[in-house]
Parts: sequence; structure tokens; C-alpha cells
Amino acid sequence: MRYLPLTPADREAMLARIGVPDIDALFADIPAERRVTAPPDLPRHKGELEVERILSRMAARNVPASAVPFFVGAGAYKHHVPATVDHLIQRSEFLTSYTPYQPEIAQGTLQYLFEFQTQVAALTGMEVANASMYDGSTGTAEAVLMAHRVTRRRKAVLSGGLHPHYAEVVRTVSGMAGDEVVSLPPDVSATEDILAAIDSGVSCVVVQSPDVFGNLRDLRPVAEAAHAKGALLIAVFTEAVSLGLVESPGVMGADIVVGEGQSIGNALSFGGPYVGLFATRQKYVRQMPGRLCGETVDAEGRRGFVLTLSTREQHIRRDKATSNICTNSGLCCLAFTIHMTLLGEAGLRRLARANHAAAVKLADLLAAVPGLEVLNGNFFNEFTVRLPKPAAGVVETLAGRGVLAGVPVSRLLPGRELDDLLLVASTEVNRDDDRAALVQALRDVL
Amino acid sequence: MLNRQGRPTSITPLADEPAVAGAAGSERPPASAAGPAAAAPGTRRTFTGNRALAQEEPLLFEIGRPEVTGVDIEEPEPFELRLGGLERKAPIGLPGLSEPETMRHFVRLSQANYGIDTGLFPLGSCTMKHNARLNERMARLPGFADIHPLQPVSTVQGALELMSELARYLTTLTGMPAVALQPKAGAHGELLGMMAIKAAIAARGEGETRTTVLVPDSAHGTNPATAALLGFKVKPVPAREDGWVHLADVKPLLGPDVAAIMLTNPNTCGLFEPRAAEIAEVIHAAGGYFYCDGANFNAIVGKARPGDLGVDAMHINLHKTFSTPHGGGGPGAGPVVLSERLAAFAPVPFVRREGDGFRLVEDAGSPDAVGRITAFHGQMGMFVRALAYMLSHGSDGMRQASEDAVLNANYVRACLSDLMSLPFGDKPCMHEVLFDDSWLKETGVTTLDFAKAMIDEGYHPMTMYFPLVVHGAMLVEPTESESKASLDLFVATLRDLAMAARRGEAERFTGAPYLAPRRRLDETRAARQPVLRWTPPAPIPAQQAE
Repeated sequence: MRYLPLTPADREAMLARIGVPDIDALFADIPAERRVTAPPDLPRHKGELEVERILSRMAARNVPASAVPFFVGAGAYKHHVPATVDHLIQRSEFLTSYTPYQPEIAQGTLQYLFEFQTQVAALTGMEVANASMYDGSTGTAEAVLMAHRVTRRRKAVLSGGLHPHYAEVVRTVSGMAGDEVVSLPPDVSATEDILAAIDSGVSCVVVQSPDVFGNLRDLRPVAEAAHAKGALLIAVFTEAVSLGLVESPGVMGADIVVGEGQSIGNALSFGGPYVGLFATRQKYVRQMPGRLCGETVDAEGRRGFVLTLSTREQHIRRDKATSNICTNSGLCCLAFTIHMTLLGEAGLRRLARANHAAAVKLADLLAAVPGLEVLNGNFFNEFTVRLPKPAAGVVETLAGRGVLAGVPVSRLLPGRELDDLLLVASTEVNRDDDRAALVQALRDVL
Repeated sequence: MLNRQGRPTSITPLADEPAVAGAAGSERPPASAAGPAAAAPGTRRTFTGNRALAQEEPLLFEIGRPEVTGVDIEEPEPFELRLGGLERKAPIGLPGLSEPETMRHFVRLSQANYGIDTGLFPLGSCTMKHNARLNERMARLPGFADIHPLQPVSTVQGALELMSELARYLTTLTGMPAVALQPKAGAHGELLGMMAIKAAIAARGEGETRTTVLVPDSAHGTNPATAALLGFKVKPVPAREDGWVHLADVKPLLGPDVAAIMLTNPNTCGLFEPRAAEIAEVIHAAGGYFYCDGANFNAIVGKARPGDLGVDAMHINLHKTFSTPHGGGGPGAGPVVLSERLAAFAPVPFVRREGDGFRLVEDAGSPDAVGRITAFHGQMGMFVRALAYMLSHGSDGMRQASEDAVLNANYVRACLSDLMSLPFGDKPCMHEVLFDDSWLKETGVTTLDFAKAMIDEGYHPMTMYFPLVVHGAMLVEPTESESKASLDLFVATLRDLAMAARRGEAERFTGAPYLAPRRRLDETRAARQPVLRWTPPAPIPAQQAE
């Protein structure tokens, strides 16, 4: 077994040193009748080559995004990630290190977390950011819990433009914790009257922009209305690249900004691991969930970094902690930080413009397809179209023709009579021939 | 000071730059002149502050420029924005670096980190075992890394097959009938497991009355935090002097108000709970559930099955037992195995085999089930790595890995038991051995000092001050990845340190680490005056600039 350094002779010598007759003597605390005597009913060990064969065979049964014209979004986006990113995150010292509990030998991790926090704060227009959450959806549920702690109220209002999965996660956690959630109905055209739902019992209003249907939302009036009633505005995004072009939620008055950072530095990976971004105002920092990295000095006065404000956290506070969270999304936030460093302000703005341009081009092409209607007045790199027939069937048919056309709204919101709606995303990876293939395929099947 | 080879063990502050140790709020007094900071021949001042391979690296914000980019992206042809007037007006404040600068920046940062690949990493309860690079390669196959969670199910059959295969391995190894793969980390798995218990209790109509969760004092902090998050009242089960949870301590706490017990097994003292099955029986008889914290499952894979011990729910940290990389603190993955009684409460989505293919069930199944706990299907990247680990080890290798992990921990115990104190007597442990600090009494050295001195010797310290049930805990988990030679050197090093502490060489410890990229860091200052992001330095006032 290539991973196990002990030889049979080592094992014997060690058992002798310990003073037991055999290995089972060390497992004596497991009651005899509960011990497993035979190896589990699974195959025996395999060499690298054989494992590669088995897993490659499974991988080959999937259609990768880069192999086809690809327009699937709805919370996870296909972007080009520079080779440098994947090389650097595989460096042993990053890949095989642990949570930086021993800061003197973890300055690499701590410094990039500090850089990550600074980048996220700048990008969202907020004062502070944490060292990441599991993903955007769990981060949103944590943001709602945080708003409850800050306001000492227990009622959240969710916009109908919030990603339905995010809304479900909030409802799951809130329902279990006994908190109230008001979910507005799906709001395809961003016309809901969310202000009417804000009363003085509301702790927070959760609004996504670009929303799940692709609409950009002006958060200012919502922030104003929320603040007037003593509630917080939680601004959500699922496409971090949009922040390169669109006004930041911080400038628009958000109190907590939470979103998915996968787009920058991280692969699609069938939904995970991703990286939740979480930012807020300085005054709320002690109510924040998750890890925080802070600057300090060492015994010789040199700048260094440590995990800090951990009195909020479970390993100190146990049942009084702000969250049960114990990890962050370390390596994924490293990937984010490296990609963001490579992009810089100029690169991020250009990448965002390239995405918007790709989507504008596609929207114009699709608007010309008979029977098809583009519903959005504005958008970033994703929008909603109405088809003359159920979108799920169209998507399946197009997949059969080697085009991955988007996400049928019915997959996110089953049973809501939105079957004819399709979410279409276009990023910098799409070329003219990809768009042409989608348009042609749609013309053929509609 | 000098080591036994006559070599200095500290970096001497430069004569014209007095040490500023013990800055405001520091716990430590400044290093005294007679201490380790005293003259050490061979220390050289460098112009850069670098010390050969040990490079000082500024923050990205101090070297980056907003106009510099390391990615060539074609500027789109002019077009009319369709952003509804919501475009950004002001600069963002994100500096960039060219590709070579980026590479150097992060490589230098990496060199200030200790990883498993650097050396023995005996961090108890965290299971820092070897991370095979085959697993990295497999997770990066485009068929796994480059697929979207919402693309048509017909185009991801291989991914669903992998999830189904992982589920089969996990249920077989644990002897449990069902598994929910979605949780993103161990604590997230705990949350789901306890949600399933809460949902099952609610379905029985006892949601209002069964509101207490029993948690032993030795539990991970995540256990009580999870229970509290879900609105449960946490009642501690007291610790005993033998490190075990006793039936006699659990029984009096049981009643119609008890929803569950959260028990870690093997527990955080590194011991298998011999009464686990009986505790399960009494909790079941009282109408409650048995949540098992599976953080230490790596000790018993192929040796015992939680399903045979009456467990109703248990999370499995794929990043511990099945070696997906810890990555500096994540991402983890925490699938939860469920008993027959809880299986129906698992959330969507899950994979179901249908004929030759696989279906992804995404709509709510049972109305009583726990709702969705994350946007998509879980940590696919970690699923691939964990399955690659399992296929590589096989049933024989996984069992052997558990045995070797336990053997290695007991070897360390046996080799140190004459010098370092074992709080529960000299009895076998599982995959980790727990020492307390009673042997350090009157040496002037604390557990923290001892740990920091290990850093100078080239080791990552063990877990310190956890579990809370013993004083000054030192929890050592060598894992199965260490050879006997590696353990022998580790043991010799710890013996040398222990004897030095007993000889009264306190300064070797109290000022440590001397040789790491940083000396001891001032955590009090970090918490009292939190600086959580870089901010541009204030401009120099005009008259001063003149």
C-alpha cells in the first residue's frame, strides 16, 4: 500500500515497545461483539493507474462546459481561470496546511486571508469582510441570523428575485431556529413592492442584484426604507464579476453584503467547493460569523497576522457562539485572491465589460428568434427569455444537439407556472460561433 | 542561547534596533538581555530584511498598481451598456500584479507556511494525513471540475454515478442505511444531522417538549454551538477522571425533554467510548436520538461500524478520514450518515439509481424532511478526492490505515509516558494520545510554550488546550502517514524538550519560537484594536514632507 510507510517488521517492533501482543489489543475498548472481524465488503486496494481508469471513465460520461457552447448560470458561472491560479493553490504549503492556529508558521495563509478580506471589502464597498463562508447560499442564511442578532428581531423579508435555492436555505435554517421568514413571490421583472413588506418587526430585507432572473436592482430605496424601520439591508450577489461594472452594494446602502465568489478563481465543480463572500459595516463586526484575520506585531515588532476576535466563535463560546462555523473556504479564497490579484482593477473592469458585452450580443440575437422574448430591460451577464414551449424540454433537446442552453426556471421553481422561462448566461468564454450555435438550435426546435 | 551542538537557537536583534517585544497588551514580558535574545554569533543584518530563502513579502496593496493586470482580456468593441444606469462611478481600489509578480508574491507567502508535506503535523483531532496528488489530478478532470450543477442531468451521469458510489462506500463503512452528501464541512454536517433529529421529533408531535440536547464536556465546541443554533437547550454531561462518558451520568439526565445526545466516538480524549452502544440504548428507550460526532472516524474504519453502535446520525469529515486536503482551513466536506429512523428526513437533492442511469431528486420529497441546506449538491471536488482515496486504499488498506494510525499514536504514548503525564493513566488510546500539563508543573513552561518550542525544532505543534476536560491539554495525532523513523525522531525531540523543561531551561520555551518567520505574535493587540483590512497610509502632512 503506497500510502502506508510502516513495514510488518516496524509494526511488530512497535507493538513490542508498546507492550501488547497484537494490534487488536489496542482496540480492546470496542466491545468484542461490536467489532468488525472481516474487511468491509468493498474492493481491495488499487494502483494509481487503475484508479485513474475508473474515475476517468466516470468523468467521460459528463459533458464539460468547455467542450460545448455553454450558457448555464443561475448561481454558478463558467469563466476562464488563469493557469497560475491552479498552480499556486496546489503548492504544498498552501494545500496541506491547516487552519492557522499557530500563526508563527502560518503567515502565508494569514497574509492572503488579510488580502482576501481587503479585496472583498473593496469589491463590495463595505468596511470589513470575513475570511469567507462555505458558499453564497449558506452565507446568506448566516447573514439573516446575524441581522437577527444585531436588531434583536426575528423576521426576515426575502425578495422574489433572490435565488430560490438561497431562499430555501434561509427558510430551512430560520424554520429550524424558530424565526419568521416572509418570502415574496417570484419576481421575474423586478417590479415587486418590497417596501410594503417592511414593518417595524422586520430585522432584515434580503435583495439580490443582479437577481436570479438577471435584473439589476437599485438598492438605495430599499436601504432607505429598511433603515427607516430599524431593519438591515442584506444585499446578495451570485456573480462576483458583476461587481467590476455595477455600483457596489455598499455605496447603495447595504448593511451586510453576501455572495458567491466562485466566479473568480474557482471551477464550476458541479456545485462545490465554492467560496462565500461576507462583508459588513465596522460597527457590526462583533456580530459577524466566521473567521477573521487581523494585523498585529510579533515579539520583535514586525508586522504579522493572526486569527482574531475568536471570542465570537464556537471553540471559545460553545453554545453562546455567533455561529457553529469552524472552517472557512481556505483554498477557494486563496484561488479568489490570486485571480483577483492577477486581474487587478483594470482587469476586473475589462472582464466585467467583456461579460456584459457577450450577454448584450446574445440578447440581441435571441430577441430576433421568432417566438422568443427577452424579458429583461437591464442585466449584467444573464437574462430571462420566454419560450413558446416548456423550457425544460427545449434545454434537453438542445443538450442532445451538443448545446447547453441555460437553466429552465422550472428547475429552480417547480410548480410555479414559470415553465416557459429560461435563464441564459453568457460570459467571456462564449465566442460568436457559440452564440450562433445556440441561436440556430433554438430556431430549429421552436 | 546555544544548542548542544554549540549553535545559536535565536535570531539576535540588531544592536541598533532594540527589540520591541511585549508591545502594548502582550501577555509576554520583553525578552530579557540575558534571555535568548542575547548575543548569537553569526547573525547578520541584511539590507532587505530577507534572510536568504526566508523572504519578507509586502502586502499586495503595497506593491500592486490599479492599472497593472496579469490577465490579457480583449476589450470588447464599443457597445451600449444595459445596466439600467447602475454602473460603478468610483474606482474600486483593487491593485493588480503582472503574472510573474503574482507568482512570486504567492510563492513567497507559501514559504511562510507549514504543511503536511513539510513535516510531521500531529494536530490532534484534525487528522493531518498525507494528501495524495492522484486525488488532485482526478478532481481536476474536466468531466468533474468543469461541469455545472444545473446542466441537464443527462449530461452529468458520470458525476451522479460518482456520488452514488461514494454513498455506497460511506454507508458500507459505517453500516448505516442512508447518507446525505450535501454538508459543506463537519460543522455543517452536524447542523444537518441535528436538523434531521429535530424534524423527526417534530413529525412525532414532540417538537415543543423535546428541547434538550446532552453534550459531554469533552465535545468539540461545534456540538453545543450547533444545538444552540437550532434552539435546543444544551445540558452538559460531566467529565470523569477516566476520560469516558458513563452510563450512570447519562441516565439521570434522560427524560421526556431530551431530544438527543451528541457523543464523539472515538472521543476527543483519544479514547473509544466502550459504553456507546448502551448509551444509545438508553437514549432510544427514552425517546431520544444518538448523534455521533464522526470527527475521529479515521481510527475505526474497517474495525467498527457506527451502525452497530446504535448511531442515528453521524457526520464524516472527508478532509480528515478520507484525506481531502485541509487547504489552510477549508474547504471541507461533511456528509452525514443516517439511521433508518432518520433517513426519511434527509434534504434534497439526492441521487437515485433508475435502471441504467441516475436521477437527481431536487423537489422536496417528504413534507417532513429537512429543507435544502445549500444551493447545490455538496462538495463535488471533495467527493472525487475522497473516492480516489477509498479506491486506492481499498477495504484492506483503509482497515490497515486505521490500525497504523492507532499503532503510531500508541507508540508515541509508550515512548513518552515516562516523561509526560497521561491524564487517564497508561492505557491504550486510539488514533491520538492526550497528555496534560501536570508534568510541566514548576518548570515555568506552559503548554503553549512547549508547543512554540516544537516549532523551532521543525514540527507543527499538537492541538493545545483541547479537550477542555484536562488541564493544559496536548493532543497528539501522528496519523498513519508517519514512518517509524519519523516517529522516533519526533519522540526523541519531545524527550529532549521535556528534559530541557525539567532542567529549568525555561527560556528555550517562553520566548519561542525564535526561528520561525515570526516570533510570538501579539494576539491581545489584534483583538483589542482590530485591523481587519489594509487601508492606505495617511498622507504625510505638508510641512513634514518639506
